[in-house]
Amino acid sequence: MSAETSSSSAISDVEGVSLYDVDHPAPVIEPPRKRTGKTPKGSRTNFEMYAWLFMRLSGIVLVVLVIGHLLIQLVLDGGVSKIGFAFVAGRWASPFWQVWDLAMLWLAMLHGANGLRTVINDYAERDNTRFWLKMLLYTATVFTVLLGTLVIFTFDPNIR
Amino acid sequence: MPAGTLYRGREGMWSWVAHRVTGVLIFFFLFVHVLDTALVRVSPEAYDEVVATYKTPLVALLEYGLVAAILFHALNGLRIVAVDFWAKGPRHQKTMLWTVLGIWIVLMVGALYPVLGHAVREVFGS
Ligand code: HEM
Ligand code: HEM
Repeated sequence: MSAETSSSSAISDVEGVSLYDVDHPAPVIEPPRKRTGKTPKGSRTNFEMYAWLFMRLSGIVLVVLVIGHLLIQLVLDGGVSKIGFAFVAGRWASPFWQVWDLAMLWLAMLHGANGLRTVINDYAERDNTRFWLKMLLYTATVFTVLLGTLVIFTFDPNIR
Repeated sequence: MPAGTLYRGREGMWSWVAHRVTGVLIFFFLFVHVLDTALVRVSPEAYDEVVATYKTPLVALLEYGLVAAILFHALNGLRIVAVDFWAKGPRHQKTMLWTVLGIWIVLMVGALYPVLGHAVREVFGS
């Protein structure tokens, strides 16, 4: 901080005589992170803010979806021992549970992938490493989401 | 602590570390889980065979660990939301963490019998 702003009284009359008035306006301080023509492409949108918001909103919905899922699969009606092809066929006969699983698949995968993106950005310091780790992450995410979606929509209880 | 680090220790940092570790673990589980569920498109036998491993005592222990990870991540996630959106959240973050851990312990005790009961019966005879 310069001596002008810290020690003398640019702030108010209470602390002394102001250096600035209508004829001698205080210097304009540019907002430090203002977007200009020189801002790199990656930071010209609010992507990171929306990603931050998505983590919180999807998290709240996932509490219901995932804990409900665990309750059904591991606790109710005999726990894991009841799970099998016939059990899945019974559940996916209902559009309600299809939509439940579909929402859980998409939200959990996008939430987890975005979380892992943050983790990679934090720890992979070399540009090349970071880039390839994220490509691997995005590939695995797209593959998993598409496979899971396909499985729900094409499930066939009479496969044989 | 090394010089120049941003880490501050205490409840804030350790809850963040645990949130990160559990989040990554759950993501890796989910990847495998979608693959094993996809076996319903191969054949009922292929699916039932893999699910049979889910019912062994050792994997039951892993399932208990998964439940522990999910429950912590979910409860602490709600705490993070409260810290960010509730005006008094930051001031109560420590109290909320102990509340999270309290609820977590109660739920984990509640999950003992449903998740591990069958494994105990198998190992020690019914
Ligand atoms: C060990 C605990 C778990 C067991 C035994 C289990 C069991 C199952 C079963 C039997 C299905 C078939 C469909 C159904 O019945 O709804 C399924 C599907 C699914 N589960 Fe789980 N689950 C577990 C944990 C989780 C967790 C923690 C998540 C989320 C993070 C999850 C996410 C999903 C998703 C997204 C699907 C749909 C898969 C697809 O689209 O092909 N599951 N699970
Ligand atoms: C059960 C409900 C869930 C809630 C309430 C929740 C909440 C949250 C929140 C609020 C964050 C943001 C942390 C931050 O920005 O500092 C977060 C991060 C994360 N979540 Fe979740 N989440 C849930 C489920 C899941 C699931 C199912 C997965 C995995 C598929 C997951 C993986 C992650 C990862 C990897 C991170 C990044 C951690 C980090 O950056 O340190 N979460 N979670």
